Amino acid sequence: MRTALASVVALTLCVGVAQADTITPEDVMFDYGEVAQSLTGTPGDAANGIKVMTNRGLGNCIACHQVTALEEYPYHGEVGPSLDGAGDRWTPEQLRGIVANAKEMFPDSIMPSFYKRSGYIRVGDAFTGKAPANESDITTLLTAQEIEDVVAFLVTLKD
Amino acid sequence: MRKAALHVAAGVLTLAAAAPALAGENDPLIINGQIEITTRTAAPAHLDGHLSEIRSGWTFRTDETQVMQMDDFDNPAMIYVDAATDAWNTVEGSADKSCASCHEGPESLAGFRATTPKWNAEAGAVWTQEMYVNNCRTERMGAEAWDWNGQDMRNMTALLASVSRGMPVNVAIDGPAAETWEKGREMYYTRFGQLELSCANCHEDNYDNLIRADHLSQGQINAFPAYRLKDTNLVSVHNRFRGCIRDTRAATFAVGSPEFIALELYVASRGNGLSVEGPSVRN
Ligand code: HEC
Ligand code: HEC
Repeated sequence: MRTALASVVALTLCVGVAQADTITPEDVMFDYGEVAQSLTGTPGDAANGIKVMTNRGLGNCIACHQVTALEEYPYHGEVGPSLDGAGDRWTPEQLRGIVANAKEMFPDSIMPSFYKRSGYIRVGDAFTGKAPANESDITTLLTAQEIEDVVAFLVTLKD
Repeated sequence: MRKAALHVAAGVLTLAAAAPALAGENDPLIINGQIEITTRTAAPAHLDGHLSEIRSGWTFRTDETQVMQMDDFDNPAMIYVDAATDAWNTVEGSADKSCASCHEGPESLAGFRATTPKWNAEAGAVWTQEMYVNNCRTERMGAEAWDWNGQDMRNMTALLASVSRGMPVNVAIDGPAAETWEKGREMYYTRFGQLELSCANCHEDNYDNLIRADHLSQGQINAFPAYRLKDTNLVSVHNRFRGCIRDTRAATFAVGSPEFIALELYVASRGNGLSVEGPSVRN
């Protein structure tokens, strides 16, 4: 109980620190799958984007996508298309939309929606297999800034 | 460890020299040089064209893993079959009976694994192997029920599978089982969890693709229980389901739950025509 309270307080603080300009998942404006406005107003950090894309507990993007520039990080999957040249094929706004919620661009896509926090069927508490104590505590798979960071890296993927 | 690896490598070399292809996705699986296993065949009509061919998980594994299943001496699951054979002959419970008292040898139940889960008219429900086994224990032997996912039960399902090896999976999906089957089918296509992934997303739309380092199979259960090298033990069907659903960041269903019984019937039916292959070896 004590720890739960402490973490709620910590969470509130974090949210307070994250700029007031952060757009909540519910307020993101999609226009034919693209999102024009930065989710945070803070430019993305491509180096952190790489971390997000390769880390199992974060985006885990390479589980499904091959990316030649990330060759040093094993293992790359084949479920989605190679992301080589994604920065040529898509504008930054389109990439932001795809990473935030790919289903807006590709209806019924198997790609997870990384900036969404409700509307699930039997959502669990991360990978525990258990239901969360409170479904409204579910956080997005990636934070707004992490999405900006990933987009900052994706735009560098040019042929 | 080193020795075992060498031994396998040597085996691979000799066999490769004798027969050109040792084990690959198109090679036949013949266990102990005599039990022929159908690992690829036409999909049953009730898959409505979602798959044209059904394939055992064996066809997706590496040569090293495949070869372990070709001879019972190399199959680490067989020690559990031996343990279950002992249990089969052991008198337990208030009725002073063992499985052998009523069924003679385990071979008398050949075909049972191939047709379960199935409708149990007396109970008015679809029953899995575990339910039949526990019913014998509590009602006929006066013994305690085993845990669905406990070692004793997993061992016994391995023994029951082993005596059906080579027989085609043929679970009934019509008549009174139809309602349960429909429920299982609906679950198979439901996108569970925060990753919003259904069984079909991975095992129907993406089999043969890599997801991270895993080579996705069709998620068939003809080969269960499976000895997982990662767990160094047998894995039950429901425990496998639980693991896959957990990986979608979902709240899973319980082992032995009505939902998993329905899903088991449906998934088993997707493999109608493949051979019973358990206990198998998987990574
Ligand atoms: C479970 C699989 C999966 C995961 C995980 C995944 N994706 Fe995807 N992604 C896909 C699929 C499949 C497509 C193709 C669109 C479609 O048909 O659904 C796609 C499409 C894309 C595209 C457009 C591809 C192009 O160049 O045309 C981008 C960009 C992309 N993903 C980025 C990402 C990033 C970044 C992450 C992680 C933060 C990620 N994906 C995680 C499956 C996945
Ligand atoms: C995120 C991807 C994913 C989803 C979703 C998923 N699985 Fe799996 N499943 C795997 C992987 C990876 C393996 C191990 C490699 C293999 O055999 O495909 C596996 C293995 C299996 C196996 C073992 C097959 C064998 O021959 O050893 C079964 C059975 C199975 N899954 C059933 C299911 C069912 C039923 C569902 C839905 C409730 C499901 N899976 C959902 C990824 C998934």
